Amino acid sequence: MYDIIVVGGGHAGCEAAHASAVKGHKTLLVTSNIKNIADMPCNPHIGGSAKGIVVREIDALGGIMGKVADKTHLQIKMLNSAKGPAVQSLRAQGDKIAYPKEMLNVLNSLKNLTIKEGMVEDLIVDNGKVKGIVLENGEKIESSIVILTTGTYLKADILVGNTRTRQGPHGEKPSNHLSDKLKEYGFTIKRLKTGTPQRIDRKSIDFSKTRVEPGDDKYLTFSFDLEPQYKIEDQIPCHLTYTTEETHRIIRENLNKSSMYGALDDIEGIGPRYCPSIEDKVVRFSDKERHQLFIEPESRYYDDMYLQGFSTSMPPEIQDKMVHSLPGFENAKILKYGYAIEYDAIYPTQLKNSLETKVLENLFTAGQINGTSGYEEAACQGLMAGINASLKLEGKDPLVLKRNEAYIGVLIDDLITKGIRDPYRLLTSRAEFRLLLRSDNADQRLRKYGYDVGLINEEQLKKLNEKEKNINELLEWAKNNKLKITAEVEKEFKENNIQIPNATLTYEQLLKRPEITIAFLEKFKEIPFDNEIKEQVEIFLKYEGYIAKAYKEAEKLIKLEKKQIPQDIDYDKITNIASEARQKLKEVRPTTIAQAIRISGVNPSDISILSVYLKKEYGKNE
Amino acid sequence: MNDTICAIATSQGVGAIAIIRVSGDESISIVNKIFKGKNLEKVDSHTINYGHIINNNEIIDEVLVTIMKAPKTFTAEDTVEINTHGGIAPTNKVLELLLENGCRLAEPGEFTKRAFLNGRIDLLEAEAVMDMINAKTDSQRKMAANQIEGKTSNLINELRNDMVQIISNINVNIDYPEYDDVEIITQDILKPKISNLKEKINKILKESENGKIIKDGIKTSIIGRPNVGKSSLLNTLLEEDKAIVTDIAGTTRDIVEGQIKINGIILNMIDTAGIRETEDKIEALGVEKSKKIMDESDLILFMLNNNEELTDDIRELLTKINDKKYLVIINKNDLDSKLNRNELNVEKEKIVEISLLENRGVEELKQKISELFNMEEIETKDPTYLSNTRSISILRKCLNRVEDIEKSIKNNIPIDMIELDIKNIWEELGTINGSSYEEELLDEMFSRFCLGK
Repeated sequence: MYDIIVVGGGHAGCEAAHASAVKGHKTLLVTSNIKNIADMPCNPHIGGSAKGIVVREIDALGGIMGKVADKTHLQIKMLNSAKGPAVQSLRAQGDKIAYPKEMLNVLNSLKNLTIKEGMVEDLIVDNGKVKGIVLENGEKIESSIVILTTGTYLKADILVGNTRTRQGPHGEKPSNHLSDKLKEYGFTIKRLKTGTPQRIDRKSIDFSKTRVEPGDDKYLTFSFDLEPQYKIEDQIPCHLTYTTEETHRIIRENLNKSSMYGALDDIEGIGPRYCPSIEDKVVRFSDKERHQLFIEPESRYYDDMYLQGFSTSMPPEIQDKMVHSLPGFENAKILKYGYAIEYDAIYPTQLKNSLETKVLENLFTAGQINGTSGYEEAACQGLMAGINASLKLEGKDPLVLKRNEAYIGVLIDDLITKGIRDPYRLLTSRAEFRLLLRSDNADQRLRKYGYDVGLINEEQLKKLNEKEKNINELLEWAKNNKLKITAEVEKEFKENNIQIPNATLTYEQLLKRPEITIAFLEKFKEIPFDNEIKEQVEIFLKYEGYIAKAYKEAEKLIKLEKKQIPQDIDYDKITNIASEARQKLKEVRPTTIAQAIRISGVNPSDISILSVYLKKEYGKNE
Repeated sequence: MNDTICAIATSQGVGAIAIIRVSGDESISIVNKIFKGKNLEKVDSHTINYGHIINNNEIIDEVLVTIMKAPKTFTAEDTVEINTHGGIAPTNKVLELLLENGCRLAEPGEFTKRAFLNGRIDLLEAEAVMDMINAKTDSQRKMAANQIEGKTSNLINELRNDMVQIISNINVNIDYPEYDDVEIITQDILKPKISNLKEKINKILKESENGKIIKDGIKTSIIGRPNVGKSSLLNTLLEEDKAIVTDIAGTTRDIVEGQIKINGIILNMIDTAGIRETEDKIEALGVEKSKKIMDESDLILFMLNNNEELTDDIRELLTKINDKKYLVIINKNDLDSKLNRNELNVEKEKIVEISLLENRGVEELKQKISELFNMEEIETKDPTYLSNTRSISILRKCLNRVEDIEKSIKNNIPIDMIELDIKNIWEELGTINGSSYEEELLDEMFSRFCLGK
């Protein structure tokens, strides 16, 4: 008998199992193959736009993805470093051997966690409550809570050319019955698909015909707790190449051989909009002469290079031709062909904001099973499911992050409120408060929550408090210190093409000007604080107006979030609501007016009717 | 559960017929109680039924009753319309009977409000319907009709369309920074796009101001010393248009003395201080009070006496007139000329010479007013602009934001922060016709740009 069973050892499962075990609950992680723990079956990078901020948020809350990535990556860079602070995001090239190995080390060190190999084919369900799992061999294991993080393994089909094979990404056996069982229990199942490109032998590529994409020459970490674990000069570069006219011709002439373009006529799955196959790109953007392709190393320990941008479901012989038409790939050896994969997911409006399902009590789901894509999206859900499953066992309220607090909040709210059409990927444009949800302030936003739930320790919290104290001190300092305009100062201003102030200004006033940085002002006087603190103060002073505006907007949201909708509400009793809105409200069952507004198909008039009804039926809605 | 409401739907007064509208769950059963003819609860929806309205056994009126069942009605509720034989007394009696039998008198605009709340019409349409109901002139009616048909929405959609292209491009720059084949939006690229946006918003706003004139009328004041002929001018103008003279309270705190229609445009005459005073009582012009009235006016008719020299108080007031639309009217041209026109520091073409006593120059005055507001143009042009205050104020707010953006561009603020303001405007504009939807943006992104692994 376990407290919590986590089904699946991917990025969601690892975070869920880790959170649950660290919080002191007896945890079992069941995976079909221990070798595949924290596997990266598709692209080899962690982070990226918005996703990199999620990794920071995971770390701030006490999750492990950031630390494991910091210890094992091949290169790291800050994306958008020339743009504003709100859109900067870390991206690391992971190591597909070292990352899973390090993750397994972390998990093995947890005394409350047991890892077991097995294929889960059913749940033990009693009266709408989940009480454990049933393995393929009939073995039953009981637990108070089950967290499903099965990734793409529910009825997975690999599609190549005109072949469909029931198997997971590494030719593993998928779970054949679990999704049917879930359907029987009342879940709505959705079929999704995604794809992956070829892996090419490093030794067979002529890199002289490609462009080098190195890591940054500045030390960076995802984690707020770790010093850099690598050497800048030891980073391994990526490379960039382009498709050619010849590539496009091959694709066009063989289009009917692609699984997605007619070779298979039973495709139901909906692929991700942001991740089209190369066939899609050539067809939909026929006027584009070439498409960018990134050549990414997968590991220090083997030669596979991942060809980002070339995902396809063409048969192998066509893939050969396609790859050979790329500059630098004339003699390339394909180690693994690209494929598409179709799999089952549950429709995420069936989840509460804690990630517990509405259909079965004590069942939580996280990751690709909820219709998302991406390692980071999966990991953060796993973390939240692990935290909330534990809190439920402890008899406490769930931790629900708001849209103005974390990208994680945006992601979960989007999933449970709007549902999905295609696999969901986080984008900065999905976050209306991205100015508040920065990479640099994830610790200030979330560490206290991590501490409250018991994943962040006293020492880590002390470090944060110290940081916040220093920020305030530097803000004070900037207010009280002035820069005297001496001849030397004047000269520096002139040389840097910056307008000379016509009066003696405080550092605060100076830093508000867009063209003046702390680094520039340090030419005149050393500012006695850490770089981390200076960065925070600079952002704060420079974008104060924008940040204040964002807080004001967020307040409106918070006000609406406070307007609770009772969970026993009967939408059939609200007579004047439009029928589409009624159906959507019944499906999503929003917990607040703010969430109701975000449901597509629910119009402002429906909201006013709902508000009027709440006021009438439940009295004090305000 | 909405209670059942009723009201006389046609305008009050003597007409050939009057219509009483009833809406709500019980509308059919209530009307059936006072109706002699077919059993209205059994008739088909959307039928007209002949019969009589009765009180006990006394026949009140011979009527046609239209039965319309939910949801295909204006309010999306069961609706009954009773066509009576006009006349104030019988119509009011029918209304009374409805009230006695369980209806409630509708508040002003309540039918439209229900139509809106029931999802039958959107906010913009609801406002347009209210305008339609209140429409007094042909131009107003035309404009209200246009708004319902969504021409205004098109205008707003066009603006939003321009913006979503900019926004999605910037978003792609943010979310796919590794891609070197997508245009990078820089301050220099953004600048002309923003100027263009500003121009378009300004244009709509300018046209909307005209629209507001059509809808609300022009606030007009007659300023001048006592005895100059203010009352006579007002009476002369009113004389010609008795039909629409009403003593209605204006929307602001001032009292509108009456309305004058010139070329289909309404002038709302503000009751100016002293206007009712007897002509023989000489009293100093209240300068401060006049200034205040001038401030509130859209049009100032400044009256001078041909037979009087210019006084200091008039000189002072005349200095304040130039930032308003105005005409200087010189009355009493039937008397000796003592007023030195050269001393008047106003544009020549703004001066109108009249004699109210001899009824000279009044037509010319009307012509001048008409020209001042391009009324002929307003009257004939297809009016597609925003006419309600809410939409105009949203647009103004957007214009302010656009100006903020221009400043930010000048200050080299990062594009991704400027994008926040652009997106904000895009969303605000969406609230005018109720279409702000995130997916719209994502769709635009992925249909225009080729992205992904």
